[in-house]
Amino acid sequence: MYDALRELYEDLILDHNRNPRNYPIKPEGTNHSAHGFNSLCGDEFHVHLKIADGRIEDIGFEGAGCAISTASSSLMTEAVKGMKVEDAKTLFTHVHEILTEEQVRDDKQDLLGKLSVLIGVKEYPLRVKCATLIWHTLHAAINKEQGIISTDD
Amino acid sequence: MAEQQSIKVEPEFDVAQVRAQFPSLNQQVYDHPLVYLDSGASAQKPDVVIDAISNYYRNDHANVHRGVHKLAERATDAFEGARERIASFINAESPREIIFVRGATEGINLVAQSWGQQNLKSGDEVMITEMEHHANIVPWQFICQQKNAVLKVIPMNDRGELLMDSFRDLLSAKTRMVAVTHISNALGTVNPVKEIVSLAHHVGAKVLIDGAQAAPHSKIDIDEIGCDFYAFSGHKVYGPTGIGVLWGREELLAKMPPYQGGGEMIRRVTFEKSDFASPPYRFEAGTPNIAGAVGLGVAIDWLDGLGLGNVSTHEAALLEYATSKAKETPGMRIIGTAENKAGILSFELEGIHPHDLGTIFDRQGVAIRAGHHCAMPVMQHFSVPATVRASFGVYNTLEDIDALFRGVARAQELFG
Ligand SMILES: Cc1ncc(COP(=O)(O)O)c(C=O)c1O
Repeated sequence: MYDALRELYEDLILDHNRNPRNYPIKPEGTNHSAHGFNSLCGDEFHVHLKIADGRIEDIGFEGAGCAISTASSSLMTEAVKGMKVEDAKTLFTHVHEILTEEQVRDDKQDLLGKLSVLIGVKEYPLRVKCATLIWHTLHAAINKEQGIISTDD
Repeated sequence: MAEQQSIKVEPEFDVAQVRAQFPSLNQQVYDHPLVYLDSGASAQKPDVVIDAISNYYRNDHANVHRGVHKLAERATDAFEGARERIASFINAESPREIIFVRGATEGINLVAQSWGQQNLKSGDEVMITEMEHHANIVPWQFICQQKNAVLKVIPMNDRGELLMDSFRDLLSAKTRMVAVTHISNALGTVNPVKEIVSLAHHVGAKVLIDGAQAAPHSKIDIDEIGCDFYAFSGHKVYGPTGIGVLWGREELLAKMPPYQGGGEMIRRVTFEKSDFASPPYRFEAGTPNIAGAVGLGVAIDWLDGLGLGNVSTHEAALLEYATSKAKETPGMRIIGTAENKAGILSFELEGIHPHDLGTIFDRQGVAIRAGHHCAMPVMQHFSVPATVRASFGVYNTLEDIDALFRGVARAQELFG
C-alpha cells in the first residue's frame, strides 16, 4: 500500500535522525563555521568545517531540530566530507534546485545518489525549509558569512 | 446586570448541532475527515458570522460616521450596534469603553504606547509574566526602552502556575502596570486575575489583561475582574480576523493621548493644531473594519446564545478526556499541568520532534499547532524547542480527541 508518510520518513531518514553522523562535533582545526536557525520551527544548527587546500578535510555539526532537518544535516556532512570546496558548492546548488524547483529532470536527480532520499520532502511543501536549512548553513560556512542563516522567512 | 446573568438558564448544548453550523468543518483532508484542534490559534466560523459579513457587504455597506445617506446610516448603526453588544457581553459600563482594534496585539500596543507614553517615567516598573504571548511582551519592551522603565517578569512553577509569592515580592510603589494573560495559550493555565488585580491595585498599579484565549472559553465580566484594560481578538471567538476589542476604563481612556492620527479621531483640525475626539473614537483613526465589527457582534451573540457556561463545561470535559488519554500514552509529557486549566493540551512525545508530529497529524486530517506558540520564554522554561498543542473549541468532540491519539500511535509506529 502506498504510504505517503513512509515516503517522507524512510528508514534512512529515521536512522540518520536517531544516530546523526558527525554529531555533535566541532572538529579540531575548524576554520569555517556558520549558524542556521529557523525561528518558526526552532530548528537550530551550527556547522563547522576544516578547510585546507580547497578541500573540506573535516566537518561536524551541533544543534537540534526535527527529523527532516537532522537527517538532512547528517547526510550532508557525510556527503561533503573530503570533497573539494568547489564540488560541495555545486552539490549545494543541485540539492537546492532539486528540493525547491517544481520540475526537475531525472538526470539531475541522479546526481544526488544517497541524498535522493531527501526528495520525498517535496510532497510536503511546508517541510522543504527543514531539509534545506543545513545546506544553506554549509554554504554560509564555506563563504564565512556572519549572522544567522534562515530558510523560513 | 451581573446577577441577572448568573441566574440565566442556559439552553441545552448539543455538539452535533453546533458542528453543523460550521461549513468548514465538513471537509476531507488527505482523505480523512478534518479534525480541527487548532482553535487556540484561530477558530472556525459559523454560518451566522459568514452570512452577517456577506449580508453587510451585499446590502448595507458605506463608510461610518461620515455620510447623511441611508447606507451610511445603516452601516453606522450596524457598527455601533456591535459596539453596544460587545459592551454588554463583557459587562462594560458603556460602549464608549469599547475600542475596535485589529486584535489583542493591537489592543496591547495601544495601551503600551498611549497610556505608557503618558504615565511611565525613568525607573518605573512594568510587570508581565513568564507565560506571556509575545504580543504581551514586545510592546512593553518597546515602551520600557523608550521611557527607561524596567520590565519585570513574574515567574511560574513547573506546572505552569504563577508564583504568587514572587509576584507579591516584586510589587512595589514603582510598579505602574501589570500586564497578564488571563489564559496561557501555550499551557492552558487560567490565571487568578482577580487576585492579581487586587494586589496590583493595592500598590497603585494599573492592570491589563490579555484575554485572547479567555474570551472564547468562559464568561468575561470585566467588572468582576476589576482590571483597567482587557484585550481580545475577534478571530478566536468565532468572529472574523482583523478585528478585536480593547476595553478600557472610561476615566483612564479620557486622559490618554491618541494612538494614531487621521480621520475619525479628531474634532477639529487646523495646520496649527488638532482637537481630538472623545474615546472610543480618539483611538480609532481612519476607516475601521466595519464588516469585521459587524461579524464580531454576531459571533458574540451566537456564543452567548450557546451559553458560556455550556461552552466551559463542554471544553472542560474534552480536556479531561484528552488529559487522561495523554497520561496513558507512553513517552508523552504534558507541558502545562496547572490545577486550573482551560481547553489546551500542550505536549511533547519522546524521540519525535513536534514538527514531525505536526506533519504526521496533518496527513491524517488532524490540524494541530506545532511550534513555540509565540511564547518562546515558556519553551525556555520547559527546555523544549517547541511543543505540539491541541486546543479545543465548541465544536470538538471526544471522537476528535480519539483521532488525535490515533495520530500519536501512528507517529510512534512510524518512528519505531
Ligand atoms: C494569549 C494570547 N495573546 C495574544 C494573542 C495575539 O492575538 P492576535 O494575533 O489575534 O492579535 C494570542 C493569539 O495567538 C494569544 O493566544
